[in-house]
Amino acid sequence: MSTKSRIPEIIGRYSDLLPEWMENQLAAVTLRRDLINEPELREQSRQFLNLLTASLSSANGDTEPSGPTWRETRDFLADMSRSRARQGFTPSETATFVFSLKQPLFDRLRRELGRDADALAQEIWNGTVLLDKLGLFTTEVFQKGREEVIARQQQEVLELSTPVVELWEGILAVPLIGTLDSARTQVVMENLLQKIVDTGATIAIIDITGVPTVDTLVAQHLLKTVAAARLMGAECIVSGIRPQIAQTIVHLGVELNDVITKATLADAFAVALRRSGLGVARTTG
Amino acid sequence: MERIPILKMGECLLVSIQVDMHDRLAMTLQDDLTTRIAETRAHGVLIDISALEIVDSFIGRMLGNIASMARVLDAQTVVVGMRPAVAITLVELGLSLPGVSTALNVEKGMDVIRSALASRGNGRSPT
Repeated sequence: MSTKSRIPEIIGRYSDLLPEWMENQLAAVTLRRDLINEPELREQSRQFLNLLTASLSSANGDTEPSGPTWRETRDFLADMSRSRARQGFTPSETATFVFSLKQPLFDRLRRELGRDADALAQEIWNGTVLLDKLGLFTTEVFQKGREEVIARQQQEVLELSTPVVELWEGILAVPLIGTLDSARTQVVMENLLQKIVDTGATIAIIDITGVPTVDTLVAQHLLKTVAAARLMGAECIVSGIRPQIAQTIVHLGVELNDVITKATLADAFAVALRRSGLGVARTTG
Repeated sequence: MERIPILKMGECLLVSIQVDMHDRLAMTLQDDLTTRIAETRAHGVLIDISALEIVDSFIGRMLGNIASMARVLDAQTVVVGMRPAVAITLVELGLSLPGVSTALNVEKGMDVIRSALASRGNGRSPT
């Protein structure tokens, strides 16, 4: 950029810029009155305008918002983008907040530089580039926030959905819920084997009541888990096999001959107790 | 040359692998163990691999082979103390050691051998 931008000077001179911008924003059809109230919006607009002016002046008219002088403005926009994302704004609505400054700002520029067409075109170009970048920045932050949420949730689901519980001394149960893929099988296997080491269990019941479908891949994963537990000296019982799944397994030709299978967890538990030399008796009286 | 000690306990042979297995050591163990089973007329072999952190396909297959050889010589093999990571690796390698009994630790492994010998009831009762 050859000449110093006059945008900060013009923003500073026209104190009616903020009220007019607010008016435009409030009149716009895209305003979400259900999500944000007027004072809050006014505060955000005022802060953004102040930071924009400050950054522009300290950047000496440089309109490249990735520089260090723009850090505060970027932080503010990042915060705003995140809080708006939580409130339920769409990314385009958040970006529109930044873009909507163009109309009142360019209005002022025209009034100030109307006679100098070259300077006006230059300033409008500067302003457009700057506000576009800032607007896109909010979208980027929004998207990054989303991705973080998704990654965290995936991790949480992975941990939540693979508990290993001790039913009795020496008897473990793994209630599986949801589809079994390679990553989950790995986690289930590791948790189960670690628990076998910790508790010294000799029988593990894998309950697949919550597994919606069992295809050859899922069956293979199950057999792997059973084999790994056996190598650790624990016998596995697979329970919770629904009639449809039993049909599928046979139609697919999956061999489950080496594994004890039971229809319900209760049956499996009864077998496990019997194998451990334990029994359940009814107390009378 | 380094060797893995084979201890005799009653009718059982006890092998505790405390060093990293390399292929030559595994072959030596195979030789020594089969010789000792024949010599001592042992009916149970307990292999403790709790100190083994790395088990490759060769060692995995060797464990299976030792168990098969011991069975031919009328001894039951129990592999004990396998670490979770090792178990997962062996399963991923497709070596689930069929025909080899397993137990979590030496104590449980001895129980397995005792009950197997007792059910066999071959005269020499384990003490």
